[in-house]
Amino acid sequence: MASILEKLEKILEKLGNMDRRIIFILIALSVIIPLTLNLIFPNPVGAEPSRDMYEYVDALPSGSDVLLSFDYDPSTMPELQPMAIALVTHLMRKDINVVGMALWPQGASLGQEVMSSVADSLGKVQYEDWCNLGYKTGGGIMIVRLGSSMNAVFPTDRDNLSWDEIPMLEYISDLTSFDLIITLSAGDPGIPAWVMMAGDRFGVPVGGGCTAVSAPQFYAYLQTGQMVGMLGGLKGAADYETLVGIQDGQAVKGMAPQSIAHLVIMSFIIIGNLAYFTQKKKGGRG
Amino acid sequence: MRLILPLSITFVTGMIMVLHFFVPHQPIKFLGDNLQEWYMIVASAAIFLGALNLMHVHFRKIKLKLKNWKYSPVTIIGFMLMFVTGLIYGVTAARPFDFMFMNMVAPMGATMFSLLAFFVASAAFRAFRASNWRATLLLTSAFIVMLGQVPIGAMIWDKIPLAKVWLMSIPNTAGQRAVMIGAAMGVVSTSLRMIFGIERSYLGGTD
Repeated sequence: MASILEKLEKILEKLGNMDRRIIFILIALSVIIPLTLNLIFPNPVGAEPSRDMYEYVDALPSGSDVLLSFDYDPSTMPELQPMAIALVTHLMRKDINVVGMALWPQGASLGQEVMSSVADSLGKVQYEDWCNLGYKTGGGIMIVRLGSSMNAVFPTDRDNLSWDEIPMLEYISDLTSFDLIITLSAGDPGIPAWVMMAGDRFGVPVGGGCTAVSAPQFYAYLQTGQMVGMLGGLKGAADYETLVGIQDGQAVKGMAPQSIAHLVIMSFIIIGNLAYFTQKKKGGRG
Repeated sequence: MRLILPLSITFVTGMIMVLHFFVPHQPIKFLGDNLQEWYMIVASAAIFLGALNLMHVHFRKIKLKLKNWKYSPVTIIGFMLMFVTGLIYGVTAARPFDFMFMNMVAPMGATMFSLLAFFVASAAFRAFRASNWRATLLLTSAFIVMLGQVPIGAMIWDKIPLAKVWLMSIPNTAGQRAVMIGAAMGVVSTSLRMIFGIERSYLGGTD
């Protein structure tokens, strides 16, 4: 019995000093294998902020105007782009006018990609059902200016078409013209700027999506009603895809690799702790 | 004069913006709106300044053969390629710039961020220890949130996602709110110190 325990301790000691390359390989495999096997886990949607977001958008009447701000760049695209696709699909299916813009320079191109591809699949027409105003610098200050005049900030859209030549913008004057503002945010400027400047100052409902790492800080906005709903990370995107009924959505596909990767990381933490306690018991530094 | 002029500009513009929040009427509205537009113009100019600085830093690195200078030509070529393509063909959809952005910049950016998962796993393995009851509490919460954030959590036990939502909505929100209120009070006090000329570090120097 004692020898078995000693062997176990030695194994744990070895595992505790595991080469980081082994960890990297196992993490890579935990993502690659489920993806290649096309493994899909069922994604039940409970009482999550993503459901609140869906229900708010779903309750908007046809013909409503929604401002969608693409406040992210390619680095956070794997999490935020599926959200954008699911949201734009939902909005366009409900015949809601989508006005896109970006607080991040590269967000304008990513937004264009999403809106044009979804619009093409649903037969929506640019400048009648959707448009992309593009990127403007200024963050929160720019949002305040949008509150007094949209036209002053965006005299043309991303393709240099004059504001007055875009039919769907005829009745849009400032932020209060919108029924909802949705921001897909990867950092600053993003959700806090929209909540503080557009939501609190001009009274326009704000909803949003963000990376999983930044989601915890926005729960305070949900509790106070400063945000109508939130999509947090790939799980939030998967929830929205499920609720909208998107078949073969990128986020739902990503749930299986993420599940396995989380289990692998948790296993490493457990192994690391067992090794730590073994060393501590032997009087090591740990 | 070198001190009084910037402090006066800060005081006047700061006061206009404070008044603009509370008094949405002329002439404050006009002044506030214009200042906001000036800010956007200055911020746009800063982007050009940033691009010039980027080129300056990398050309200097190559010239002096500083550490890792071999990567600098890649940065310069990449920057110039995107810049010239955008200048010639424009940045609208279905143009070479857009093609390069979607097929080169976007996948490379996503790859860089994805590397984080590997480092998080390695760091968690080495540093996430249940060394005392507080660390154990944090570890347990982390496990619940990690499981609740993926469908496998509900497959193991359907109460895990509910526990995750509770953790995020109650203890997490309490902590986040304290941080947010603290930060907001800090922003207000620093802004007032700048407007009234008490805080002068933004002017540079040691005054």
